[in-house]
Amino acid sequence: MSATPTDSLVSTLGTLDVPCEQTTPEAFEEALSPHLRGRSVGVELDGIDASLTRTDVEVDPTPAALKAATTGVTPASFAIGDYGSVVVPESPAGSDLVSLFVDRHVAIVNERDVVPDMEAAFDRFGEAFRERTQSGIIATGPSATADMGELVRGAHGPSEVHVLVVEAADE
Amino acid sequence: MSSPSELRDVMATEGAAVSENTKGFNRGRYDSVGRLSDYDALKDEARSIKEDAIERLPELIDRLRDTVEANGGTLYIAEDATDANDYVRSVVADQNAERVVKSKSMTSEEIEVNEALAKDGVDVVETDLGEWVLQVADETPSHIVAPAIHKSRDSIAELINERFDPEEPLATASELTAFARDHLGELIEDADVGMTGANFITADTGTMALVTSEGNARKSVAATDTHIAVAGVEKVIPSVEDLQPFVELIGRSGTGQDITSYISLLTPPVGTPSIDFDDDETPLSELDSDRDFHLVLIDNGRMAMRDDDELRETLYCIRCSACSNSCANFQQVGGHAFGGETYSGGIATGWEAGIEGLDTASEFNDLCTGCSRCVDACPVGIDIPWINTVVRDRLNGENEGQFDFLVDGLTPDEEETSPSLQKRFFGNFEAIASVGSALAPLSNWASDTTPARMAMQRVLGIDSRRELPQFRRETLVDWARKRDTAIENPRRRAVLYPDLYTNHVHVERGKAAVRVLESLGVDVVVPPAPSSGRAPLSQGMIATARDHAERVAETLEPHIEDGRDVVVVEPSDIAMFDREYERLLDAEDYDELASNGYEVFEYVYGLLENGAAADDLRHGDGEQLAYHSHCQQRTLDLEPYTLDVLERCDFDVTTSDVECCGMAGSFGYKSDYYEVSMAVGSDLRAQFTEAETRDRTVVASGTSCLEQLDDLLERPTRHPIQLLD
Ligand code: SF4
Repeated sequence: MSATPTDSLVSTLGTLDVPCEQTTPEAFEEALSPHLRGRSVGVELDGIDASLTRTDVEVDPTPAALKAATTGVTPASFAIGDYGSVVVPESPAGSDLVSLFVDRHVAIVNERDVVPDMEAAFDRFGEAFRERTQSGIIATGPSATADMGELVRGAHGPSEVHVLVVEAADE
Repeated sequence: MSSPSELRDVMATEGAAVSENTKGFNRGRYDSVGRLSDYDALKDEARSIKEDAIERLPELIDRLRDTVEANGGTLYIAEDATDANDYVRSVVADQNAERVVKSKSMTSEEIEVNEALAKDGVDVVETDLGEWVLQVADETPSHIVAPAIHKSRDSIAELINERFDPEEPLATASELTAFARDHLGELIEDADVGMTGANFITADTGTMALVTSEGNARKSVAATDTHIAVAGVEKVIPSVEDLQPFVELIGRSGTGQDITSYISLLTPPVGTPSIDFDDDETPLSELDSDRDFHLVLIDNGRMAMRDDDELRETLYCIRCSACSNSCANFQQVGGHAFGGETYSGGIATGWEAGIEGLDTASEFNDLCTGCSRCVDACPVGIDIPWINTVVRDRLNGENEGQFDFLVDGLTPDEEETSPSLQKRFFGNFEAIASVGSALAPLSNWASDTTPARMAMQRVLGIDSRRELPQFRRETLVDWARKRDTAIENPRRRAVLYPDLYTNHVHVERGKAAVRVLESLGVDVVVPPAPSSGRAPLSQGMIATARDHAERVAETLEPHIEDGRDVVVVEPSDIAMFDREYERLLDAEDYDELASNGYEVFEYVYGLLENGAAADDLRHGDGEQLAYHSHCQQRTLDLEPYTLDVLERCDFDVTTSDVECCGMAGSFGYKSDYYEVSMAVGSDLRAQFTEAETRDRTVVASGTSCLEQLDDLLERPTRHPIQLLD
C-alpha cells in the first residue's frame, strides 16, 4: 500500500524535528495536554473534529493574555504531506496572531484535510480564495534565521511547532 | 569598475564569509532540487507562466486593479522611484504615522524609500534581522536574499554590543537573535504602518505571496493598521494556482531549503484583528479589523525592458539568488563588488541596465565570464550569460576606441562600435593566433620578453604573471593535411573541428583525438575552419561572433551534407554550437550544426555504445586521475560521457566539484581580474592537492582550465583524450 498523505506528513515533520501525533476526537484532550507548555492560549477549533473546551487552553484570549502566553493552539485549514506544512487561516478569531506571537505553536488538523502535495494545496487555495476573499499562511516548522552568522530556530515567530492530526469521528 | 585593489580589499574583508555562505547555499540547492522528482517540469512551468504573464502584463495589471479595489485596497502604479516615494510618503503622512516597520524588500531598496521617509522625520525600522544589522551598520546588502551575508557572527556581535551596550555582551547567534527579536518586537508593536514587498501577486484574487522565514513580515502586517506593499510591476501573475511551481522552487533554488518557514498568502487588507497588546479586556474575536491597504507597483524602467527583446527575460527573474550562489566569481567577491546600485550577481546586469542604465551595469558586468553555471540553476531558465553579453555589446558601443589604429591590422572584426583595445585583442584572438603560428617559435620568444610583457600589461591589460599560450608552428590542420590514412569500411565518418586552441596551441590533443577516432573505425578529416566566435562573444562583440558563426556553418555544412558528424574537442566551442549559435544563426543552420555536433568524449561514448570496442583504446590499468570538467561542458550535461569512457578504459577517476576553474577564457589573463581568478582557482588547487588526489594525474577538458591548472599546480596536465591514444 502506498503512503497516505498523513504518513508522509508524519515522516516529513520527523525530518524537520517537529513533534507530530495522531489522535482521535475522543482522546483529543488527553493527547493535547503534554504538548502545552507554560500559559496556553488558543482559538476555538472551528471545522475540526475536536474542541478546546475541556482543556487547559484559554480560548479567545485578550491581547495581553496572548502576549503573556508561551503556547498558542490553533486550527489548521489543512496540511501538506510532502512538505510537512500546516496552513494557518487568517480569521476574525485571530489564528494568525495566536500562531505567531508565542514561542510554541500547536496546530490541529483533521486527517481528512491532509493533502498530498503542493499541487493539491494550490488547487484548494485557488478555489477557496476565488470564492471568498481570504488569506492563509503555509507554515513549515518553526520560524528561523541564518542572519546572525548561523542557523537559529526561533526568530520573530515561534521556536517550536507541534502538530496534532485528528482522525475522523466514528459515524 | 572595481579596481584590482578594491577587489583585493573586498576579498580580504568580506570574501571568507561570502564564500562560506554562498557555497553552503549552492550545495544546499543541489541537494534540495535533487529531492524533486519533477524538477525540470516545474522549471518549465515556472518559465512559461512568467513568459505569459509578461506578455499579457498590461491586461493583468488592469485585472489586478479591479480585484484589489473590490477587496477594499488601492493600487498605485508608480512611474519611477520618486513617484513611488511621493505616494508612500503621502500615505504615511495621512496616517500621521511616526514609525514604519518594514520586512525585507529589494524593490524598496531600489527606490530608497527609507531615505525618503527619514527626510519627513519618519522612523523607518528594518525588521528582517539581516536588514536590521545592515541598518545598524549603515551598510548595503551584499546578496539579494541574505543581505548581510558578508558579515561574520563575530562582526555582528561586535556591532550590536557596541551600539546597544547590553548588560551581558552578546556572543552566540542565539543570543543575538533573541536580543534582536525583543528589541524589534517592541518597535513593531508600537508601529503605525507595516511595509512589505511581494514575491508574487495574483491578478485573479489580489493575493500576494511573501516568502520568508523569520515571521517579521507577518508581524509587521498583523501589528499595524496600514499595510503598504511595494513591488515591481513584473511580479503580477495570472492566478493563485500559478504560485505552485514558484513556491516549490524559490527556496530550493536560493538557499537550498525545500520551503521557507512561511509562505504568506495575503489578500489584503487582511482580516486579522488589529491588536493593542496592553488591552487585557477585549477577547481577540471582538476586536475590529480595519486596515488600509496600498499596493504600489513600480515601473522604473521595467515596461521599457518588456519592449526590449534582449532584456525582457530579466523580468522573469524571481530573485532567488541561485545565479549569485552558483557563480565562482560571486563566491569570492560578493555583491558589493559584483553588483550595482541595488541588485547583485549575474542577473544584476539586466536589472541595473534596465533600471539605472548601462553605466551602472558597466561597473561590474565584466565579472560575468559566461561560464554558464547559473543557467541550469535558474528556476525560470534565464540565459543570464547572454544578458551580460548583450549589455557588454551595448557598452562597447559607448567606448571611444582611442587605440584602434594599433590593432586594426590585426583585428579584422565586424564591430561598428568601438570595444576597448583589450576587448578587441581578445576578441580577435584568431588573427593573432594565425600570425603567432606562422612566426613561431619567434613569436613566442618575442612575447615572452620582459619589455613585451610590460607593454602588454600596460596597453592591453594582460597580466604579466600569466604565461601566454605557446603557438605551434605546425597547426593541427597542417599536420592532418600531410597525413595519409585510410580507414577501410569506416564505422562513421567525421570532421574534427579544429578549434582555435586545438589548432594553434594544444595541437597534441587534436592529434590524439584524430588517432583515437581512427582506432575506433572513424574516417576523420580536419579541414581549415574559422574559429567559433567564442572569443569575440565573450568580449561582447556580437556582430563579430555572428560573422564567425556564419562562416563556421558555411564551412562545415558541405561536410555534414556529405554524411559526416562534427566532433569538437574544446568544450566552450561545442557549447557555442549548442547554445549561443541559436541566437547567432538562422534556425536551419543552427539545427544542422547543433544536431550533428558532438563533444569528443560524447562521440567516443556513442561509438562504444554502438559496437566499437573499448579494447582498441589505450587502457589505464587502474591509473588514478583527478579530472576537472569544464563549466560549459557541465551545463550541457556532457561530463558523464568523459567519466564513463575513462572508467571503461580502466582509469580510476576522481572529479572536482568547483563550479569553474576561474580562468574562463580571457578573464584570468586580465590584470584587473588576475587575483579574483586565482582566488577562484584556489578551491580547485585545494581539491587537487589534498592527500587523496595529490598523486593523481591531472586531466581537464577545457583549454582555459588546463592553463589555469598549469598555473595552480606543479604537475603536468592533459586533455583526457590524450590518455586513450
Ligand atoms: S536570474 Fe534566475 S537564478 Fe538569478 S535570481 Fe533571478 S530567478 Fe534566480
